[in-house]
Amino acid sequence: MSTARSAAILLAKELRSEFRTRELLSATIVFALVIVVLFSFAFDPTAAESRRYGPGLLWISFLFAGSLMLNPSFARERLNDTMDALRMAPISPFAILSAKMLANFIFMSLVEVVLVPVFSVLYNVSLSGVMVPLILVLVLGTIGLTVTGTVFSAISSHARLREVLLPLLLLPILTPLLIAAVEATASLLVEQPALDRTWVALLAGFDIVFLTASWLLCDYLIEE
Amino acid sequence: MKVRYAATILVAGLIFFAGYAALFMAPDERTMHLIQRIFYFHVPSWMAMFTALSLAFIANIAYLATRKSKWDSWGVSAVELGVVCCTIGLATGPLWAKPVWGIWWTWDARLTTTFILWLLYIAYLLLRGLLDDPEKKATLSAVFGIFAFLDAPLVYVSNRLWRTQHPQPVILGASGSGLDPVIGKVLLLCVLAVMGVMLLVLIDRYRLEQLRQEFEELRMEYETLNLEPSSIAKERP
Repeated sequence: MSTARSAAILLAKELRSEFRTRELLSATIVFALVIVVLFSFAFDPTAAESRRYGPGLLWISFLFAGSLMLNPSFARERLNDTMDALRMAPISPFAILSAKMLANFIFMSLVEVVLVPVFSVLYNVSLSGVMVPLILVLVLGTIGLTVTGTVFSAISSHARLREVLLPLLLLPILTPLLIAAVEATASLLVEQPALDRTWVALLAGFDIVFLTASWLLCDYLIEE
Repeated sequence: MKVRYAATILVAGLIFFAGYAALFMAPDERTMHLIQRIFYFHVPSWMAMFTALSLAFIANIAYLATRKSKWDSWGVSAVELGVVCCTIGLATGPLWAKPVWGIWWTWDARLTTTFILWLLYIAYLLLRGLLDDPEKKATLSAVFGIFAFLDAPLVYVSNRLWRTQHPQPVILGASGSGLDPVIGKVLLLCVLAVMGVMLLVLIDRYRLEQLRQEFEELRMEYETLNLEPSSIAKERP
């Protein structure tokens, strides 16, 4: 079976097991909302300050929510030893990893679809007219977050204290992604929005570097 | 063993001489005066850090390619040493920055990059501590080490585009930069001395790691023989 086909089957399995309960998705959305609300108590921003700090707040809440959401991605395969079954199947390890990456990408995008409009309303930031470039930035940022996050979820699933460990591993690695995503988003929220190409290029570079690295190293992540 | 003693004595002599040269032989800097002399240990510690972390990266790849435990030992030894050098650099930097810049810290490209590197490699050491199975520990930490090393240039570029305040490189820097010849010689001496110390520590740390692994293997053999380590300890008088 080709890698693409087995990845598609595994992706369907990931989505089915999540949408059966929607536990993870709803918990993550609520967590991200809590961060957005707490921010307004902590900083009490005016309309101008919202535009200034909004992109940072948005991405910080995505990164924190992501670092929590990605935890069960591999950890829940250990519960019924289903990871062993996947390993024994005649499919490439990259199919297993990429199915999980795609599933996490879809979950994270759903969180963003809920959170971005709420953010726009609560902080009075108008997003009309910049939707297309904003979606481009969100997609590139989310790819980087879910690619590195899924790999590190595979690493931390073998460790003790894995819930604490994953953010520790993930958040420092994501520094370049955070800076680039925040700056690119900020360039869309000013008076005369114009997408900053440099930051989009850096985001794309981050995605390419880590996607290639995970493709090269996936055998070591999946093996017993 | 004789080679080792000779090397230790040589490096000890070198570091004492380097300290003397940095404090008394190097000329006074025009604007920064005495505080500038921290440069003779600040710069070599960064060079030692980059050397150690590059060695760790090579060792991580070599481990994944060969699965020989010696590469895992080199990897963890080099990372530990890199973290120590990074801590020295992060401690000596603010000591210089406070009188010269007027602030302890700034979110400049080089400072931020090294700070993030420090966090990443501390996470590497934490990860090793939290993985119990020796083979998983070696494999997964090698994968993480490779990811961390790949991240360094991205962190640097992103911060460089963001903002920068650190003094520009004076060695191999832009035109108009350059060092006074005496300063250059003293710096070279300090680099050699610090690198020498780090190399000796690295070799010792590697031996310690090998011994630890040997001890772990022996302990596991005992356990498979159904001899509890605690009961062995009790038998001793």
